[in-house]
Amino acid sequence: MSLIATLARLEAVSTGRAQPVATVRHRHLSERPLVFVPLTTAGEAGAPLGALVGTDRDAPRLLVVPQPRDRDLRSAFLAELADVVLPYVDGFADAVEAAERAETDPETGKRVKVEVELCADAPQLIVPSRAGVDFVRLLGRSMRFRRTAEQDPEAPFPAPPRVPLLGRWLTHFGERARVPGSSLLLAMTDLLGRHWATGQSTLEDQHLGALLAWIAPPGGRSGAEAAQEAELARDADGQLVCPPAGPATDPAFDNRLLAPAIERYDRARTALAAAEDGLEADDRLGALTAAEREIRALVESRTRPTWDAVWHGLDLLRELPPGARVEERWTRDRWSFTGHRDRVLAGEPPQPRRDDAVTAANKLAVREREQTRLEAQEALDDPLVMAGRRLAGEAFAGEVVDVVMAYSESKRPSPRPLVTVRTDDRPHLGERARAYRSLGGKPQTAEFVGYETGPEDGLVVLRVMDRMGRGKEPEEGSVPEKGDRVCFTLFEHEPRGGAKLPDPEETPWTHGGPPGEEAVPEPADPVTEEDVL
Amino acid sequence: MTAPAQQAVFDPGAAASRATDAILRDTLRGATRGVVVDSPPGAGKSTLVVRAALELAEAGRPLMVVAQTNAQVDDLVLRLAEKNPDLPVGRLHSSDTDPYDKALDALENVRTSAKAADLVGLGVVLSTAAKWAHVKGVEPWEHAIVDEAYQMRSDALLAVANLFERALFVGDPGQLDPFSVVGSEQWAGLSYDPSASAVTTLLAHNPGLPQHRLPVSWRLPASAAPLVSDAFYPYTPFRSGTGHGDRRLTLGVPSDGSGPDRVIDEAAESGWGLLELPARHTPRTDPEAVRAVATVVRRLLDRGGAAVSERSPDPVPLTADRIAVGTAHRDQAAAVRAALAELGVTEVTVDTANRLQGREYDVTVVLHPLSGRPDATAFHLETGRLCVLASRHRHACIVVCREGVGDLLDDYPSTEPVQLGTLVKFPDGWEANHAVLAHLAEHRVAWRP
Repeated sequence: MSLIATLARLEAVSTGRAQPVATVRHRHLSERPLVFVPLTTAGEAGAPLGALVGTDRDAPRLLVVPQPRDRDLRSAFLAELADVVLPYVDGFADAVEAAERAETDPETGKRVKVEVELCADAPQLIVPSRAGVDFVRLLGRSMRFRRTAEQDPEAPFPAPPRVPLLGRWLTHFGERARVPGSSLLLAMTDLLGRHWATGQSTLEDQHLGALLAWIAPPGGRSGAEAAQEAELARDADGQLVCPPAGPATDPAFDNRLLAPAIERYDRARTALAAAEDGLEADDRLGALTAAEREIRALVESRTRPTWDAVWHGLDLLRELPPGARVEERWTRDRWSFTGHRDRVLAGEPPQPRRDDAVTAANKLAVREREQTRLEAQEALDDPLVMAGRRLAGEAFAGEVVDVVMAYSESKRPSPRPLVTVRTDDRPHLGERARAYRSLGGKPQTAEFVGYETGPEDGLVVLRVMDRMGRGKEPEEGSVPEKGDRVCFTLFEHEPRGGAKLPDPEETPWTHGGPPGEEAVPEPADPVTEEDVL
Repeated sequence: MTAPAQQAVFDPGAAASRATDAILRDTLRGATRGVVVDSPPGAGKSTLVVRAALELAEAGRPLMVVAQTNAQVDDLVLRLAEKNPDLPVGRLHSSDTDPYDKALDALENVRTSAKAADLVGLGVVLSTAAKWAHVKGVEPWEHAIVDEAYQMRSDALLAVANLFERALFVGDPGQLDPFSVVGSEQWAGLSYDPSASAVTTLLAHNPGLPQHRLPVSWRLPASAAPLVSDAFYPYTPFRSGTGHGDRRLTLGVPSDGSGPDRVIDEAAESGWGLLELPARHTPRTDPEAVRAVATVVRRLLDRGGAAVSERSPDPVPLTADRIAVGTAHRDQAAAVRAALAELGVTEVTVDTANRLQGREYDVTVVLHPLSGRPDATAFHLETGRLCVLASRHRHACIVVCREGVGDLLDDYPSTEPVQLGTLVKFPDGWEANHAVLAHLAEHRVAWRP
């Protein structure tokens, strides 16, 4: 944890309220996000119990699996989920704008500009917590290899149409969420944690109710008190007043309310199956419907508070103005969305179970670049974030006290003015270290020459190296002037592009050689005994 | 002393040259595409790389050398030119300003260029892994030497491996593992996990490759080799190339009785010293500990230290350039530098473990990574970090630490999740930290500043 984050947390403890750690919003928020609050069944990985999902905060769609172990009911749930999610996703596929992309011409091998489509906007999924992001990934993994009856008439348990497609999209959302700064799939706790520091640990911040209690404590109470209550308070039945944001549920709920309700549902179902005539069946169907309604009510009672909390969080975040470079990062998300749309349209197979060596290395390289970019952009967008970097000695701000014109020692001398900055910061400036400042959105490089007197006086002498035009005299406004306030960073503003890796077909011997040809599509997981309980 | 008796059973020179011969045999005449050499600290890895490079060049095999940093590349170029000034050497460099050491310009047979095509045909071409990754569309080299292969990431090897037919991989498995600033758990357990070390991936796909080991550390004194070997290389032990009497550190000015002076005496005598400050939770840049480190360095210089070693029979003065300070974090290094500047010391190297890798000094002063911490994270427990800090010295190592690290370790056993399919690194940092701490306890000087 950085020093400034520690200070903010201490301040939150002493004031009883979360402290802002950002003055702008650092993530894109869609006008119309799809909020997804899933619940899972205890002890049964990947068995959804239900979910609230939708784009309208007043009318969420409630999906419930009354017997989570029943594969048919689970399939029906997934099909229903696909009916909500896919139309939402598809709604962004058609509105496109023209864009250019550099591609390698297969004939000449040169990089050429190609005109391509770029979706004008992209879908955005919001889940309550990080565990929700993992659950999205798990659902995607469990669905994308399934085969529908149409794809494979022999499949023993065919998936409803569109379920495999939902799996591919959820997988894409889950993978994209691993890219730093991306906004296709976001966890509300991460979003709030990025913008506020509470007086509790980051682990405790994973509890959405407690986190919100610190940020907006109800009725003038202290955040600590409200958070404690959100975490622990139980009603007369021993149920948590603020249910966990899921997907895992509270054991007290599972044992005292859910398990008996599911048992009643099972009994009603068995009774219905054993009905001997139509009249009896009618009665028993009524009992079954009542049992199902009871489970639906239970699931809604545990998801609705979280649903409202997520929207409350969105309200809080929308009050912050977006950072200047947020839009640029969202454009990358739009590229990612467009790319996957095209892969689906082109009939490509689902994402493989495991990345090959080249794909894995490429993904890691992209994520590292995006991490660097995100850290730099957040600091440039937000003086409070920059203050943290300054406190860490990675940037410094101050007033220009002197500018001396100087030139490079080449045949055609270029301007290399010496700028003296007085700063109260303590940057870690090594010999000939590079410093950068943002000039019209582009980084201008300077070289650290030395301290005018000693490091303790804070008079930093820099030599400006670039962005002064081609002439002998620097262009107007390209060199700081005496009296200007400037802020230099010791980190680069744009990550460097990495080298291109070989194509997967050219994977070298050190990495196992090219991956084998996979002519047959990967099968879904084999059905085990547990699957057909 | 016991040195002659020891040499009767173990001749370090002979053992080392036997290992080197076997490595060169496999490299020059072996049938496999790769050879892996594990080298403990100071075991003559660079010497081996230079020798292998010269022999490959002499055999007329086009050779590329992959190192990890520009400083390492420049150092190898200088060593090659020193050994064989007539060998045509290419230094491939980046297009940044000042991409290589200016000393290279003075060498007649060294050609420098930012384009690989300009250097084709030279006996040996050297560059960093990052620069090699950009080289495309050239005829592959017949042979490559990959230096510091355990510090190279698997994805970096992936980017360059198509440039060579066969390769010699040299590195120290005990030093810091490569790392990534983003999570990579998703690929844990895959044989080609891009965040793993290049050697891990190489051996996972080519388990039959010959693996050699350099058995003698020429850097570490007889007082340090057993501890470093036991704590960090329990299954691949190595010996010191020198005996107990071969190296001596003497001080011209007697002790003034203060803590720093007493710990200097202890370290001069035994090779290790622990200056223990009272237990306390502190910020990373613990002002007292930082000042203690600076004071120890100041006193080392003031007391007229002199080193006697197998390199020269006459005492060599212990000057500022023969002392280094190692820390875990960059802000700690900056704080120590500032404290040293206040005491008028400027020439002493102060750096983090990452940057001290591969370097050698007579005396090192280490700020213990766990000193004053309330918790022990995976970063601070990493085996390689402590190994680097405890194995840079030829004569003595002085550790400055707050009391209570033993209890801290017991409170925070390693809790890294176990990933299926990954090799568990042994020993873990917790174990290694305890081993080092137990040894240091015998050389403890308690001091209240």
